[in-house]
Amino acid sequence: MSDMALDISLIVNGERLSERVEARKTLVDFLREDLALTGSHVGCEHGVCGACTVRVNGEIVRGCLMLAAQCDGATVDTIEGLSDSGELADLQAAFEHRNALQCGFCTPGMLLAAQDLLKRGGVPSREEIRGHLSGNYCRCTGYHAIIDAVEAVAQSRAKGESP
Amino acid sequence: MKPALFAYKKARTLDDAVALLGTHQDARLLAGGQSLIATLNMRLSQPSLLIDINGVAGLAAIAHKNGKIEIGALVRHAQAERDELIAKHVPLLARALPHIGHPAVRNRGTIGGSIAFADPAAELPACLLALDGEIDVYGPKGKRTIRAQDFFKGLFETALGPQEVLTAIRVPAAGKETRTGFAELARRHGDYAMVGLAASARADGKGLRDVRLAFFGVAAMPVRARQSEAALTKGDIEAAVAALDLSPHDDVQASGAVKRHLAAVLLRRIAPQLMEPA
Repeated sequence: MSDMALDISLIVNGERLSERVEARKTLVDFLREDLALTGSHVGCEHGVCGACTVRVNGEIVRGCLMLAAQCDGATVDTIEGLSDSGELADLQAAFEHRNALQCGFCTPGMLLAAQDLLKRGGVPSREEIRGHLSGNYCRCTGYHAIIDAVEAVAQSRAKGESP
Repeated sequence: MKPALFAYKKARTLDDAVALLGTHQDARLLAGGQSLIATLNMRLSQPSLLIDINGVAGLAAIAHKNGKIEIGALVRHAQAERDELIAKHVPLLARALPHIGHPAVRNRGTIGGSIAFADPAAELPACLLALDGEIDVYGPKGKRTIRAQDFFKGLFETALGPQEVLTAIRVPAAGKETRTGFAELARRHGDYAMVGLAASARADGKGLRDVRLAFFGVAAMPVRARQSEAALTKGDIEAAVAALDLSPHDDVQASGAVKRHLAAVLLRRIAPQLMEPA
């Protein structure tokens, strides 16, 4: 049946692509398996852990709860693109400096969720940071170091020290 | 896990969606997908056809009409959270929306999807019941409107017919005398609540009238605690707590006894909110 696979055109990390995808393929599996962009991780596959967080049309989404077929015409940004562009450089440096990661499995999703909060501007409270990252599980750090890193970057960006 | 095989079609119009629903008995509508795709991934659901309604025009608006706020089925939770009409005229929803899932989930999840899915632990069905809201659906026989109290039928069961599409919900715009309260207890912010309470009332002098207490996470669907409502109308919080006529079952989150205790905790938190001016 022809509707089992679809042709989609989309922009991934700035690159325009046309691909044929199985209807049942999730966005994160498409990114990892078809495009070899393995920075977005597959954890729970039902929207709980946040490891698959990517940006679609500028907004963070669960890569496991969206189908690749739904991304026809969309602009998708992953950790690879946002690393290369330097948009996350200060956050990445702060995560490293504060030991806000250990195994790193959650880190790409955590960085995207943190950047989603920080790009709204201002310095969010620790409570707001916790709330915004509540959908991203980390099983190594106990979260405090992550909150510290995000708060430090918010403060430095507010002082105009952003990259 | 990965979803089983299915076909995927984009509906261009409501009629298109209704016609497609008629072609496969087990077809499912795809809106935000934040519950549906999770169940596909877990193979709890294996429809042969997904009908993507995200491209259907006219379902994503929020409007003030005749004293009511109408919210299109495809309005995303995040869109509703930022909306000025909702902030101003539907304070109960404004209070409840930040509790739904997480930011990435609220960016995709839709108001219509939450209502149509009718998860017994979800916030919006209870809010709609507390607000005495109504639901517009469209099907092969045209449009009809269903009151919230008649819409939720049981565990994930609603009054939606097999070929009907939920198109909008409507709730009364709050007046000066409107009082609302919302609280839930979850193990992690954004997770499904162990127990939650959506409440509305009207101030009547120093007292309250039209008290509506809709609990969620305590039964197969959101339920009103009518005896507590009556007690609260008389301004007696302790009597309202004593009259809580809920009998929640045990589930993975908590035992029925714990849920009943937590329901009383929430009622004690919310009752004073109802009694204070918003």
